[in-house]
Amino acid sequence: MSDLAIQVKDLTRRFGDFIAVDRISFEVKEGEVFGFLGANGAGKTTAIRMLIGLLQPTGGTARVAGYDVATQAEQVKRSIGYMSQRFSLYEDLTPRENIRLYGGIYGLTREQIRTRTAQMLDRLGISSVADTAVRSLPLGWRQKLAFSVALVHQPRIVFLDEPTSGVDPITRRQFWELIYDAAANGTTVLVTTHYMDEAEYCDRISIMVAGRIAAMGAPMQLKRDSQVASIDELFVQLARPDGPTRPTRPSSPSGEGSR
Amino acid sequence: MDAIKAEALEKRFATTVALDKVSFTIDQGELFGFIGPDGGGKTTLFRILVSLLTPDAGRAQVLGFDVVRDYRALRLRVGYMAGRFSLYPDLSVEENLTFFASVFGTTVEREYAQIEPIYVQLEPFRNRHAGALSGGMKQKLALCCALVHRPDVLFLDEPTTGVDAVSRREFWDLLGVLKQGGLTTVVSTPYMDEATRCDRVALMHRGKLLGLDAPSGIIAAFDRPLLGVHAAQRYKALLALRKYEHAHSAYPFGDVLHYTDARTDLPAEAIGADLKRFLDASGFSDASVEPLTPTVEDSFIARTESDSGSRTPDPGRLQ
Repeated sequence: MSDLAIQVKDLTRRFGDFIAVDRISFEVKEGEVFGFLGANGAGKTTAIRMLIGLLQPTGGTARVAGYDVATQAEQVKRSIGYMSQRFSLYEDLTPRENIRLYGGIYGLTREQIRTRTAQMLDRLGISSVADTAVRSLPLGWRQKLAFSVALVHQPRIVFLDEPTSGVDPITRRQFWELIYDAAANGTTVLVTTHYMDEAEYCDRISIMVAGRIAAMGAPMQLKRDSQVASIDELFVQLARPDGPTRPTRPSSPSGEGSR
Repeated sequence: MDAIKAEALEKRFATTVALDKVSFTIDQGELFGFIGPDGGGKTTLFRILVSLLTPDAGRAQVLGFDVVRDYRALRLRVGYMAGRFSLYPDLSVEENLTFFASVFGTTVEREYAQIEPIYVQLEPFRNRHAGALSGGMKQKLALCCALVHRPDVLFLDEPTTGVDAVSRREFWDLLGVLKQGGLTTVVSTPYMDEATRCDRVALMHRGKLLGLDAPSGIIAAFDRPLLGVHAAQRYKALLALRKYEHAHSAYPFGDVLHYTDARTDLPAEAIGADLKRFLDASGFSDASVEPLTPTVEDSFIARTESDSGSRTPDPGRLQ
């Protein structure tokens, strides 16, 4: 088996005349933490939806966990975990019930679910609220639980879409320790964020601008090459090369290009 | 006269205390920020101040109007941009703006001067459906709609959440322009780095204000020397720092680790020298140590540590 968790070659997605993702290519190694950055509307979400098997590419190829996203979408879905800021857990269910639900969906046995539940509750230090509705837990705890639930079937790759949005600064950092932990155990992590300090926590990052990857590499290397003090500074340079008011894409006649 | 005055505001939802005796005043013309994570009470506070929610106890006045008794008069004078995108997605940019102007009995033409600095950026998308705008553009349109009746106080609830780093900067630049015009603006945000854009900020966490001051005052109140540690093996160095016998706290901040020492009687240089020796001895001979100026985020972390309501083990802080 190859040690590449994600292989993307000239991946493209058009919506009518609008090219949301324009021939992007990159590879992510097993166990790597890869930051997938970009301005709103740059094409990140469209790219991720293709990588997790929810949207067909209109050009190029992508292999995730060894499976082709265009022809083996179901195998891709079984091999990955996914967590977004918006929806991940059933809030009326308790942590224990959420773990059982997702464990069941991914085909774990009762015995496996029991073992995993005990491990996860212990790892997160939330055994005391295992039977409390998720709705009443603090946001930071919910996000950490959601991350663990995304890993319940021990996927090779986990996609995290703005996992720390709105979370307090201490919990945000605790969350990144969970990410490091997962990566140290061989899980590959692809993460998006609007916190530029978090970009620096990644092994490598890419920055998308208007459908293309405008920069890619280790944060330290990128900063050295561009002679900037922070990724934030580089992001600003790349995302607005011509000043703040430049429209980033043409007016599309329908709402189709919206993300 | 204060633009806004809140006295011991309280609000509960079932067993959750959303606001716990919150008091403050905001001056006319001030750009004031409520900074804190989700669930801190920011939205509840804003909804009370614009009369969409009544407090359980305490009182508040906006422009001299009581938020409960004088709500009709109050609503004509404030602009409010809710945290959730609440414009009509299937109306165009222009139609949304015209609609909101007409609700307040005015026209876009009459109020154009007020919205011009923002509207020029939206103009290329004038005929696009609001639902088809990018995140940053949606926020600018919502801001225009909140301004179109020329309010005296503007409330913006998390206008930059989920917005990319560049669009966030542009949005704050616009708020700076509005401030030049004398508008009182109250903003909430979970992004600590945005605090420095405000005249004064209140740090908000779990329904309480953890501090209220100019950003420089918040930073000046940080009461320990702060040291920055650079090391190639950042995560391993972080774990090592936490085991150091004199450590008070260690947290990652981008590519540098922020460290404070438990010994409060030593100057930064002495702590730094000790720390460098410890790192050398622990196998991080490449590590460098330098004194740092704290940020608002450092202050927020320090204040939430001492507000020890947290039931989860906190890895940054030695127990």
